[in-house]
Amino acid sequence: MHGFLLNVLLALVWTMAVGKFTFPQLVLGFLLGFVVVTIVEPLWGKPSYALRIGRALRLAGFFLRELILSSLRIAYDVLTPQLHAQPRIIAVPLDAQTDTEITLLANFLTLPPGTLSLDVSVDKRVLYVHAMYVDHRDQFIREVKRGMEARLLEALR
Amino acid sequence: MIVLVTGLLAFSGALLMLIAAVGLLRMPDFYTRMQAAAKAGTLGILLIVAATGITLGSISALLHAFLASLFFLLTAPVAAHLLGRAAYLSGIRPWVLEDELAGRYHPATHELRSSNAPTASAPGIDRVEETLS
Repeated sequence: MHGFLLNVLLALVWTMAVGKFTFPQLVLGFLLGFVVVTIVEPLWGKPSYALRIGRALRLAGFFLRELILSSLRIAYDVLTPQLHAQPRIIAVPLDAQTDTEITLLANFLTLPPGTLSLDVSVDKRVLYVHAMYVDHRDQFIREVKRGMEARLLEALR
Repeated sequence: MIVLVTGLLAFSGALLMLIAAVGLLRMPDFYTRMQAAAKAGTLGILLIVAATGITLGSISALLHAFLASLFFLLTAPVAAHLLGRAAYLSGIRPWVLEDELAGRYHPATHELRSSNAPTASAPGIDRVEETLS
């Protein structure tokens, strides 16, 4: 995250150095900054910046896919006469630890239709999720942990 | 060609929002209704914003479209989450097969426990189940 802020800052510095605040210059500055941060970050003992950006992009792709698939599922359920929803409120144990991680996970889970995070327990160990299409409780928990949570933590850490 | 693409985007966006509105009528309880209304609409809005951005075509229009989508993605889940929590705390029974949240709120402080093991600090759990059922 800090790497990304540094990257944006470097892009702004580049436009100032060139003296032209235009969109192409900003993009060029961003690309140059990307190279700089990629070289510099490992010196601070952090995992590769390029790798983390790649993971973040993969997370975004996964998230978009989920959003579209689950929207279509709800649309199908609304349009067909029979109701297929099997809603449950499920306690999902959390691997995410910091407030940032939990907040992001809860938000990412709430956005696609079909799942809605209701609350986090005080000790930050369990996230309560209202899910509409769940055949089996344990299967749902496994899907969340392997899919959304694993990818999110991978991108953040 | 571009007209065709943007037209398709805007049309499917509008269609999704219509479906969300129908879903509001068809779903069985508060929570499922909110899911259908607040969130099947999310994708609809994103598609319409994308279509608008592409139609206008300028870089600033595209950036505005991107920003609008970003803010929508940031704020929509927070609102949905707060509505859901408020509904649960004010005692609206969810229509669900299983409810693992039942009885885990402290009735007075709304402190949420992670398991059903009784603790000394939560003497009124029975009362919560009474008010909820």
